[in-house]
Amino acid sequence: MLHTVNKSPFTNNSLDSCLDCVGNGAAVLLIEDGVYGALKGSKVADKVKAAMGKVTIYALSADVKARGVADKMIDGIKMVDYAGFVELAAENDKVHSWL
Amino acid sequence: MKFTIQINEGPYQHQASDTAYQFTKAALEKGHEIFRVFFYHDGVNNATRLTSPPQDDRNVVNRWSALAEKHNLDLVVCVAAAQRRGIADADEAKRNGKDADNLAPGFRISGLGQLIEGGIQADRLVVFGD
Repeated sequence: MLHTVNKSPFTNNSLDSCLDCVGNGAAVLLIEDGVYGALKGSKVADKVKAAMGKVTIYALSADVKARGVADKMIDGIKMVDYAGFVELAAENDKVHSWL
Repeated sequence: MKFTIQINEGPYQHQASDTAYQFTKAALEKGHEIFRVFFYHDGVNNATRLTSPPQDDRNVVNRWSALAEKHNLDLVVCVAAAQRRGIADADEAKRNGKDADNLAPGFRISGLGQLIEGGIQADRLVVFGD
């Protein structure tokens, strides 16, 4: 299952809720302000790193670049472009948007 | 693979419509089918042809119209959400006693059943909102 999170974890708890619910082997894609969830050294970074043991976390590269945080991403977060987003949506049997 | 896209937010205030547009474009470029794009809630504001953004900014509405024309997309606007927000085609304007209509080319107004059908007929329903 693919989960998309589009909110900053500093204004909203959707990333937190998402990580509490995801199943093993799921994919989590951070888009829009959601990419702030992939920031190194933030107060949510430990939870994100811990989740990376059971799910793969991706960030949408255009949104990362637009916010100037490309060099501040947690190691192991995978960058995807829009084509990669489409691929993730196709590969996973369902897409859930944490709006 | 067949996708239905749902958009719940209007242009410029939120990124939802931009992300949905880029996703839709990328899906078409990869050879996927877009079964339908459904505009719901404030998302119906993506369908007014009266927007005039600055020339150096993206035109969210025209961009959808152009993509629809190029790929023969089915852009559906929820009728109840549209009525509340003053989005009308000629028929809706007449039916509601309005003196103007504003639906952009390539969009059509219909009911929520179109979203349900989109969810059933497509392999994936991807929702963009805030």
